[in-house]
Amino acid sequence: MKTQERSEPVAAMPHDAEHRSRATSRTSQGSARASKIREPRSDRLLNMVSIVVLSAIAVSIVYPFVYIASASLSDPDAVNSGRVVLWPVGFNLDAYLAILHYPDVVRGFVNSLIYSGSVMVLGTAIVIAGGYALSRADLPGRRLFMVLFVVTMLFSGGMIPLYLVIQRLGILNTMWAMVLPSCMSVWQLIMTRTYFQVTVPKELLECSQLDGATDFGFFFRIVVPLAKPLIAVNCLLFAVATWNGYFNALIYLNDPHLYPLQLVMRNILLENSYDPSKLTNVDPSRLVQAQQLAGKLKYALIIIASIPPLVAYPFVQKHFVKGMMIGSLKG
Amino acid sequence: MAEPTTNFVDTLRVDDNARQRRRRRVKPQLPLATRILRAWRLYVLLAPALIWVLVFCYWPMYGVQIAFRDFSPATGLTGGPWVGFEHFTRFVTSYQFGLVLKNTLILHLYELAVGFPAPIILALVLNAVRQKYFSRAVQLITYAPNFISVVVVVGIMVMLLDPQAGAVNSLVNLFGAPSVNFMGQAGWFRHLYVFSGVWQTAGFSAIIYLAALSSVPPELHEAARVDGASRLRRIWHLDLPAILPIAVILLILNIGNILNVGFEKVLLMQNPLNLDVSQVIGTYVYQVGLKAPIPQYSYATAIGLFNSVVGVLLLVIVNQMARRIAKAGLF
Repeated sequence: MKTQERSEPVAAMPHDAEHRSRATSRTSQGSARASKIREPRSDRLLNMVSIVVLSAIAVSIVYPFVYIASASLSDPDAVNSGRVVLWPVGFNLDAYLAILHYPDVVRGFVNSLIYSGSVMVLGTAIVIAGGYALSRADLPGRRLFMVLFVVTMLFSGGMIPLYLVIQRLGILNTMWAMVLPSCMSVWQLIMTRTYFQVTVPKELLECSQLDGATDFGFFFRIVVPLAKPLIAVNCLLFAVATWNGYFNALIYLNDPHLYPLQLVMRNILLENSYDPSKLTNVDPSRLVQAQQLAGKLKYALIIIASIPPLVAYPFVQKHFVKGMMIGSLKG
Repeated sequence: MAEPTTNFVDTLRVDDNARQRRRRRVKPQLPLATRILRAWRLYVLLAPALIWVLVFCYWPMYGVQIAFRDFSPATGLTGGPWVGFEHFTRFVTSYQFGLVLKNTLILHLYELAVGFPAPIILALVLNAVRQKYFSRAVQLITYAPNFISVVVVVGIMVMLLDPQAGAVNSLVNLFGAPSVNFMGQAGWFRHLYVFSGVWQTAGFSAIIYLAALSSVPPELHEAARVDGASRLRRIWHLDLPAILPIAVILLILNIGNILNVGFEKVLLMQNPLNLDVSQVIGTYVYQVGLKAPIPQYSYATAIGLFNSVVGVLLLVIVNQMARRIAKAGLF
């Protein structure tokens, strides 16, 4: 049905004189017939409207960040009285300096880096190796394994049984509870498998087998170097997902020393459970000032927590779109 | 899933027997045991992924049986006495059931109604703009919020909507209206939840539609223009049919997920003031299963199981309908 519809205008073009004359009369209104077809007025209008709409969308996305950033750099009084609209009023870096001295936040930041880094390395290794093995047509039992993986995308035991398993493994309230349950993703595994199926030619494998390469040799010397974009994509997906997650920490961790940044942030931003005395490490007489600072601290925290993923993503964006398209469209 | 030898024969029309004979001639099938032994290195590569799925997906699925037992920490997953459907009937007859189910359904249907068309419209508009550099820039901006955590998104919302210092209320005040306590009013909860979700994910979800749009051959658009089709007509007759199949698949997946509203975000936005509209199945499971002073593991697991069974049933029903009506489906 689709192909029929598509081929219709092409077929109609050379024969249908009526259509053509109507088109030319419309496009060459007033002026002589141009060599290139000019856009009808309605199309130019549509283009203008599109640009306006898209600009509005872009502004609505950028503005909150600019506002939060400005507020974090402004005088607290100016923020509270609503004088900060776009740019900082009474520029200072107090909030950021205070954050550096707020032990919970610093520790959370470091913890998040550790968790994201570990999940990134471990997860990417597992997904690349497993995805490659699944992409090999000569892997006996491949169908069975695929079914085994895909079923988990539809069914799951749910929150409580998983919690009990984690408890049973004895990793509750350790950093392993943050790393192990997150270091694989079936969706990424299947994306990786499809990517390998499309990009690694069978002849390459046959060639290197003739040259005496084992499966390991072929995987490490040929496949991994070929898969750089894919590795980058998987690294980003794992790192960002772990950096942004708070729920696993909420249920698997009790010890505040292990909290990742997102959970620290949740407590400060949404539960308002921060300790003003921690902000200025000595003087109780400056408590009022510290309290005021705490409000600003929230703005600074938002900025600090969003910087790592936002910085990482443009680097990988090019690969990302490519890797994801091959992976998802063919899958 | 191309078979290894089909490229030798796929130009010919052969029946299955002939195909198998050919396959045997090209590459004689070794006994299964030999093939498995030869591929041991591939199994080593696959092993970590397989072990992960078994431990973190299938073990919890096995643990689902505690929904039909009275779980006690002392006896473990399989130790408690069988109680049949007692926990399910308790949930269905509890006074919370109607409320929680209603909230979940309304929130999800609202999200579907707004969030599903949004990326399609965005992709069409992005595609319609003639200035490609502008469209690229807007894409780059609209992807960005997807990489930010829900904690940050909810944090930004809280800060911007703050009754005293928030930018939005400053604007409201500017028009002479009194400040609105957005986060504290139950009536605002659903709108805030849905539209912040669109803000965060619409740009990124548009990628897949943009990919589908780029697969429309440019000659078709040229031909349609020669025939005098306006931009709107071309969107209607060329662009929309191109994205329809993928849209159907995504819609099915969405409906299958109907009871799993993004409850991590709901949990963050939840406060005692909006509990009447913000208590959904996911947050209820968390509350009775993990957060309660005496966690009711079995009861919470039963609710979770109820949730996924309804989800899978919906998925199957909607898929059948889609196959009948749109001739497209997931399986």
